[in-house]
Amino acid sequence: MNRNDGPLVVGGVSFRSRLIVGTGKYVSFEQTQKAVEASGADCVTVAVRRVNILDRHQENLLDYLNPKTYKILPNTAGCYTVDEACRTARLARAAGISDWVKLEVIGDPKTLFPDNEALLEATRILVKEGFVVFPYVGDDPIMAKKLQDAGAAVVMPLAAPIGSGLGIRNPHNLSIILETLSIPVIVDAGVGTASDAAIAMELGCDGVLMNTAIAAAQNPIQMAEAMNLAVRAGRLAYLAGRMPKKRYAQASSPQDGMIE
Amino acid sequence: MCVQVNGARREVPAGLDVSGLLSALGVAPERVAVEVNLAVIERGQYGGFILNEGDQVEIISFVGGGRR
Repeated sequence: MNRNDGPLVVGGVSFRSRLIVGTGKYVSFEQTQKAVEASGADCVTVAVRRVNILDRHQENLLDYLNPKTYKILPNTAGCYTVDEACRTARLARAAGISDWVKLEVIGDPKTLFPDNEALLEATRILVKEGFVVFPYVGDDPIMAKKLQDAGAAVVMPLAAPIGSGLGIRNPHNLSIILETLSIPVIVDAGVGTASDAAIAMELGCDGVLMNTAIAAAQNPIQMAEAMNLAVRAGRLAYLAGRMPKKRYAQASSPQDGMIE
Repeated sequence: MCVQVNGARREVPAGLDVSGLLSALGVAPERVAVEVNLAVIERGQYGGFILNEGDQVEIISFVGGGRR
C-alpha cells in the first residue's frame, strides 16, 4: 500500500516542508539565512522585540529572510501572562506581515513549561480577534483537545523542555494527541538531533519546529540539512508503515536449500 | 514635551505625530509596529496621530528568536 502524502496545510497555506525553524541564537544574520536555506523550511518563527532606537544602522532580520519567500510566524516567547502574550501578538500583527502567532505563555523561567491555563485563555481571545493561533503546549492530550476546541489552527506540544535537546520524552502522549486531534500537530521544543526529529515524524506528527538543535550544533548549516533529511525520512517511514516489532529473531534468508 | 519611547525619556517637539517620531528616530515604518499607551496604532494612522506629554510609545520589530 502506498500512502500518498499531501503538503502540510495550515490556515489555508500549504508548505513544501514539514520543518519549521526558529531564527534565534545564530552568530549572524548570514548564518541564520544559510541555516534556514539548508533546512528546507518555508516557515520561520521570529520574536517581537523593541527596536533599538539608538542604532539607526541596525540590520533587520527580514532583510535576510524575505517574507515573500518565507512564511513568517511571530512568537510570544518570553511572555508570562495572558495580557503580555495578547499584547505581543497584536503588535506582531500590526507590523503588517502576518496574522499568525506562535502563542507562548510561559509558566516558569526554569523549565519554560507553558502555563496551560493561561494559554487556553489567550488562545480563545486571539482566535476571536481573527488570529491564526499556534499554541505551544505541554504534551497533555486533554489540554491539546481543549485548544483545538478553542479554535487553534494547530497544536504544538513540547517533546522535552525548550532548548534541552532531550528528544522525544513521551512518545505515547504524542501518539494519543495525534489520535485525538483533527488539526495538525507540530512538535515544538526538545529535539536535539536528527533522530529525534525522525522519531517525531514516524509517530505521525504533521511537522516539527526547532531552533536550538540547529543553532547550537557545532556546524549549524550541516545540522540544518540533517534535520531537513530527518523530517523527510521520518515522514516517509510513517507513510510507508513500519514492520511490526517482534521479540524473537526471524531469519531473512530462505530456510530451504541449505548446504548439507 | 517629553514622551517615553521604548522605555527611555525623550524630548520631542509639541504636536509631533507618530510619523514624525519615526522619521526623527530614523526608523522605517514598513517593518515596525507602534503602540501608544498600550493601544496599537495602525500604520495608516501614523500621520496625524499626535503625541501628548507623557505618552508611552513602544516601537517593535521582528528579531531572531524561536525555541530557546
